[in-house]
Amino acid sequence: MTSADRPREGTLLTSSTTAATPAAAPARAERARRRSAGALDTRRQWWGWLFLAPFTVVFVLFLLVPLGYAFWLSLHTKGIATGGESVFTGVANYVRVFTDADFLSGMARVGRFVLVMVPIQVGLAVAIALVLDTLATRLSKASRLLVFVPYAIPAVIGALMWGFLYSPRFGPANDLFGLFGLDAPDFLSRDLIFGSLVNIVTWQWVGYYMIIVYAALRAIDPSVYEAARLDGAGNRQIAFRIKIPMIASSMVMIVVFALIGTLQFFTEPTVLRSVAQGAIPTTYTPNLYAYSMAFSYSQFNYASTIAFALGILVFIGSYVFLYATRKQSGLK
Amino acid sequence: MRFSTRRALAVMASGLVGLSVAACAPGEGAGASSTSCTNEIAKPDATRVTLWAWYPAVEQIVDRFNAEHDDVQVCWTNAGQGADEYGKFSTALEAGTGAPDVIQLESEILPTYTILDGLTDLAPFGAGDLADEFPAGAWSDVSDGDAVHAVPVDGGPVGMLYRADIFSKYGVEPPTTWDEFAQAAQDLRDAGYAGFITNYATNGGAFNYALFAQAGWAPFDYDSSRPAEIGIDVDTPAARKVLSYWEDLVDRGLVSSDDAFTSDYNTSLVDGTYAVYIAAAWGPGYLEGLSDADSGAEWRAAPLPQWDPANPVQVNQGGSALAVTSQATDPEAAATVATELFDDTETWHVGVEEAGLFPLWNLALEADWFTGRRYPFFGGQQVNRDVFLDAAAQYPGFTFSPFQVYAYDRQTMALYDMVEGPATAADALATVQDGLVRYAEQQGFTVR
Repeated sequence: MTSADRPREGTLLTSSTTAATPAAAPARAERARRRSAGALDTRRQWWGWLFLAPFTVVFVLFLLVPLGYAFWLSLHTKGIATGGESVFTGVANYVRVFTDADFLSGMARVGRFVLVMVPIQVGLAVAIALVLDTLATRLSKASRLLVFVPYAIPAVIGALMWGFLYSPRFGPANDLFGLFGLDAPDFLSRDLIFGSLVNIVTWQWVGYYMIIVYAALRAIDPSVYEAARLDGAGNRQIAFRIKIPMIASSMVMIVVFALIGTLQFFTEPTVLRSVAQGAIPTTYTPNLYAYSMAFSYSQFNYASTIAFALGILVFIGSYVFLYATRKQSGLK
Repeated sequence: MRFSTRRALAVMASGLVGLSVAACAPGEGAGASSTSCTNEIAKPDATRVTLWAWYPAVEQIVDRFNAEHDDVQVCWTNAGQGADEYGKFSTALEAGTGAPDVIQLESEILPTYTILDGLTDLAPFGAGDLADEFPAGAWSDVSDGDAVHAVPVDGGPVGMLYRADIFSKYGVEPPTTWDEFAQAAQDLRDAGYAGFITNYATNGGAFNYALFAQAGWAPFDYDSSRPAEIGIDVDTPAARKVLSYWEDLVDRGLVSSDDAFTSDYNTSLVDGTYAVYIAAAWGPGYLEGLSDADSGAEWRAAPLPQWDPANPVQVNQGGSALAVTSQATDPEAAATVATELFDDTETWHVGVEEAGLFPLWNLALEADWFTGRRYPFFGGQQVNRDVFLDAAAQYPGFTFSPFQVYAYDRQTMALYDMVEGPATAADALATVQDGLVRYAEQQGFTVR
């Protein structure tokens, strides 16, 4: 035990003392308390529900009911040539969606986005947070803000802005490459659009993930580092052996955020589509596909099915990931 | 005492939530509430007809209409152009509420809505008698047998807008046939012109349809009186001829393949990157609205190049019509608006001079002020007399599918694959054909 651990021990002791007080009460009072416990609990529960009511109402009205409605839609089929009749077709739409080449290719594409984008985002966020955590100068505050600022820009505005930056005519790429006598690549072409999208999303979200990681790092008691230093650990060892393991649960959280966000990829491709309709077809991501089905082709039933199928896959993906990392996240 | 305070708080809290939920509710269904007119209603007591239309000049036209009518007043909203508006309209139809009484639509989208029972047949309101007031091709686009789905407003007869200064600088004659066009493309390049003779936009759905149609392409056999049957014949020799022609020009680097309607494309249109803009009659108005124009530009209009000069074929791209929706509260008043809003010479002065529209109303088409109008943008050329009047008069009409947005999107995907990848024109057309047949069958059509 080093001296640094003492305050913590103290805190623990205090709280256990508080918890122990009722147990030390006389036996008579204890019996009386037990007798009224049932009634008290019921009343407490009742109050609990009342306080939950505001949330529950909104949750039911704006999440459960629409979800139920969408699920109901997904079990029905309404072809445009069948006179507007909605027919119950059970899982037929689900059979169709999981054999739909457009949906599957969209899923494969967001799968590739997950493989590329999530490690880049999380890696950058952790790296920046670790650097900022060790700096204690005014520079670190300014950098923290600068890295976070893109997240404060609405996603649509950010994507529009990047659309202009990528533009072969209006973007700076031509000038930059021109300095070296090169032709700028077309960032909106089929080959590069993937990387262009990765870049936008990374730019936008790294700051947000960084703040989460940074907050987790700040919550670590500095005395732990002192102890490590006394035991001869260097900066790198502290970063990789102490900091990262101690913020594992935050890391799991941001990976889950990034995973879900990427599987539901929609905003950035939709905005860039206005300048690259060829490179980003309506089937680019499953969400984009569902959106086109509903609002361009009036296929609300099939769109609901696509949305639900995507939801199921996102759920499975998140569940598998959380299960695999249950040790690190403390969900064990 | 304490208990009651707590209860009061809890009740208040849940009450607040109730209030905020209630406050959200009206916002959801307020798509076309009659309270939000962009224009001033001159006579508040008259029947109000809501209208979605995208031309900014509609405001003046609506004001004229309202001043002249005592029993009907138009409440105008700009719900976006083309796809933006169609998305809202489709959603309103699915919801059963929220659509306007009268809506401006392109004639290519009419079958998409007639099959959803989204439009009211105007024939019972006497619209059938109006057939003589419009060019035959335009009328056939809005009607099916006796049924009249919309009233034509403006058209898009297609011509060739070209940069006379670029052609004369490089000593090349403006082409009149597609063979000459391909030769001119090569000649311009050989003479040192750094741009492209024109652009082939894979995302120009209606534009490509017009080019195919010129070679005799009739991809859909569809009639709203038998809505569950459709013939799909996309992959035809005519389409292959046209598409191979453009594929060849793109492959040879003589024609660019930029997406249309992006800011890059808009600038290329006016800064001399493209020497030719194959455009509908509303194209000049579009060009005039663009910035960064080449100061020395001299635009002229010529008829669309032909495949067979002995048998010229004219085509149409875009334009619009007014339809009465199935959700119209007073269909008769709505029909009055649809038939009479543009039924006036003064209105068409505004439409032509302010909005750059090409009328489909014979009284305007035959008027000297229109036929002889000199356009400063074209150096005083009488482009209507030279090009567009003939194109509009000879346009035979075209049958679109009841899933036109889907058909355009599939075509864009296939054409992009063609210009970017190894796919050939024949591959692209076969892909579109297969995709549309599969989709039509999924939607319950009997594909003939």
